[in-house]
Amino acid sequence: MTTTTDRPTATGTAEPSGRAALAGTGTLIRFVLRRDRVRIPVWIVALTISTVSTAAGFPDLYKTAADRQSRAELMDSPAATAMSGPGFGLDDYTFGAMLSNEMLGFVAIFVALMSVLLVTRHTRAEEESGRAELVRANVVGRHAHSAAALTVVIGTNLLLGALIAASLAGSGIESIDGVGSAAFGFGLAGVGIVFTGIALVAAQITENTRGASGMGAAAIGVAFVLRAVGDIGSGALSWLSPIGWAQRMRPYVDERWWPLALMLVVGGALIVTALVLSTRRDVGLGLRHQRPGPASAKPSLGTPLGLAFRLQRANLIGWCIGLFLFGAMYGSILSDVEEFVSDNEAVRDMVSNIGGETAIDSFLTLIISMLAIVSTIYGILAVQRLRGEETTGRAEPVLATAVPRARLAGGHVTVALAGGALVLLAGGAGLAISGGASTGDAGITGDIIAAVLVNIPALWISTGLAVALFGLAPRALAFAWAVLVYALVVSMLGGLLQFPDWMSNLSPFGHVPGIPAEEFTITPVVVLTAITAGLVWTGIDAFRRRDLTTN
Amino acid sequence: MTTAIDVTGVVKTFGPVRALDGLDLNVATGEVHGFLGPNGAGKSTTIRVLLGLLRADSGTASLLGGDPWNEAVELHRRLAYVPGDVNLWPNLTGGEAIDLLGRLRGGLDPQRRADLLERFSLDPSKKGRTYSKGNRQKVALVAALAADVELLILDEPTSGLDPLMEAVFTECISEFMAEGRTVLLSSHILAEVEKLCDRVSIIREGRVVESGTLDDLRHLTRTSVVTETDREPAGLADLPGVHEVVVNGNRTEFEVDTDHMDAALRHISGLGVRSLISQPPTLEELFMRHYGDELEANGAGRHATAGNGQGAGDHA
Repeated sequence: MTTTTDRPTATGTAEPSGRAALAGTGTLIRFVLRRDRVRIPVWIVALTISTVSTAAGFPDLYKTAADRQSRAELMDSPAATAMSGPGFGLDDYTFGAMLSNEMLGFVAIFVALMSVLLVTRHTRAEEESGRAELVRANVVGRHAHSAAALTVVIGTNLLLGALIAASLAGSGIESIDGVGSAAFGFGLAGVGIVFTGIALVAAQITENTRGASGMGAAAIGVAFVLRAVGDIGSGALSWLSPIGWAQRMRPYVDERWWPLALMLVVGGALIVTALVLSTRRDVGLGLRHQRPGPASAKPSLGTPLGLAFRLQRANLIGWCIGLFLFGAMYGSILSDVEEFVSDNEAVRDMVSNIGGETAIDSFLTLIISMLAIVSTIYGILAVQRLRGEETTGRAEPVLATAVPRARLAGGHVTVALAGGALVLLAGGAGLAISGGASTGDAGITGDIIAAVLVNIPALWISTGLAVALFGLAPRALAFAWAVLVYALVVSMLGGLLQFPDWMSNLSPFGHVPGIPAEEFTITPVVVLTAITAGLVWTGIDAFRRRDLTTN
Repeated sequence: MTTAIDVTGVVKTFGPVRALDGLDLNVATGEVHGFLGPNGAGKSTTIRVLLGLLRADSGTASLLGGDPWNEAVELHRRLAYVPGDVNLWPNLTGGEAIDLLGRLRGGLDPQRRADLLERFSLDPSKKGRTYSKGNRQKVALVAALAADVELLILDEPTSGLDPLMEAVFTECISEFMAEGRTVLLSSHILAEVEKLCDRVSIIREGRVVESGTLDDLRHLTRTSVVTETDREPAGLADLPGVHEVVVNGNRTEFEVDTDHMDAALRHISGLGVRSLISQPPTLEELFMRHYGDELEANGAGRHATAGNGQGAGDHA
């Protein structure tokens, strides 16, 4: 791999026969299963249990048909639609319809995430680390790595779908029948297979694992936003989203199966595309080639902060653009939101009951809270980058210069905190600009800016927690994701499962004043900021005292 | 003679593993000190303790007169470090990495930087992820050698370099030394240490088992002698300090402890010497003495290893 041609000359002229290209696949499948003998069962069991236990809770939470129907009325709002699904079966809101409308999209996000992470882990990560080169030097075909990863991940999705379908069908909950459960379970598997294909394509395009899983995650975000925007508006955009396709199988309402076929066809097409792309590049490299860079460093690259910013710059810009677009897509439907409400007297009453002055206010509160939760991902990733610098040994030569530990960590933490805020501001800007254009009311800009600002301390909490873990227990850094997942569960499922107040209070976002729907209060903002400061100080101080660990 | 590095009784454990087990290391100012040992002996751990990246469990360490853990930042202004396994930032060019590390230390000499890039024939405009192992090593070497410092700490600095570049490296270190500075050179390549170092410490399983000038250490080992004599050397094998005597007609091969060289040569000179080849002990043999039992345990015979330094070097 020391020499690189622009384009492998073998392409198209001496393609190995199909069997040769797959040589060694069986062994690699066993190898993948061996490496993930804990990881895959954990994903399957966790997703099955959370789905089935949610459904199992319904009969207690919604004892009568009238209870369910009032939930249905609540769901018939733009904000609820943005978070859950297109609302099939709201007229007769059975437990099945409820599960399908409010849970399917949520679980689909995690199934997609599972597929993206597993595919990236067994393809691009192997190549980036150089392990694939070691393996490919044996009797292993060109497509064997991809084929093994695909077999395992698609198998995992099918198993997960079958297990969810069987557990739901066997749960004995009223209206949760076999056919609907099959549509629910295999709809999820279909989403997983489409994202398996997307992740495999992404793994061909970029050279690094972070880039590949980042593209996959961005695709999940786009899929979720497309279906949200589509479901509130005309519904056309929902047909561009794999999550929308699964919801349009209408499990437990009026099942249809052709969206599943659509998912399989699209997934298959993506996989074929990826395999073709993979023959057009060299092992270890991506389709995008590296260009030479500057022979000497700019003056800004001379401090730990400058280094941290430089390392995270590309990522930060990508996140800002992504959140800006998300915000803009939600903003573009603000006029639909107004229409949605004025058409529906019941909703109008209900919205004024929650305390918001207008439907738009409560919608904005909700969307900005979602943007803030998504922005926390950036903050945690930025702290993980600092840990990556340590474990790869790149922090070592830096710390062997006149840089104190606190300044090295401080540089990355500054970028994580400021970057997280900036990413959310970009989302707010997108929302304000396109929302102002859509409603013709530029006055919402002030509300949006205020709402973004009060959410920043809440999004900092998980960054702070990540910093504290980095200092105190760096191997447990991944637990910082727990705050994010918890906040997501509380905000997306808290209403459906009627979580008690203390559960929502455990999420940092539970304390944010709900501007513009609610009044501003200063106390939570100050307290959240103080907690973040304490966590950051604890983490950096602990890092100064501990050994540097290098892999 | 002042002391650049003074380590006494340092212990460092990682869980059940005792990586450093009462290590003593003394490096005088102005010398090139070879730090020899096989993989896993504790060389890199020692260096990380000296750099304040790891904290010793017990024992004392002093570096340039300061405490490596508490005064790390001040001390680091006065030293440069080349890690054994250089990992560069994938999206920074080599030139950017060199400048960055230089500035973080407090500046580097642009003229020297240009000169070193030229001598190591390194392209500074390539991104970190596209460099080969040898080129990554060169980036770290240029960054360290372009710095104006009192002490260089090098952890297996030539791994991945081709012989031509190794020669450039040797040259650069000699120039560096001519200005009266100190080098700690960790290595398992004996020839390199033999070429560059004034004094050597051999580390094994977390302890320094031998330390001294190359001459000192040679006293501890044997010289091999091949001689042709008129008469057969009867009684040679009975002399103290003479080993491995092989008589083949007029030709005799034997090894002799350096301390007993004189007596052995007196004995031979009485036999009518026609030719005599004497080979001074190499560092390889010195090294073998400390790792010989390990090799034996691994199935390599003692005789074979004693005579075959190259193979032994690979093995270690």
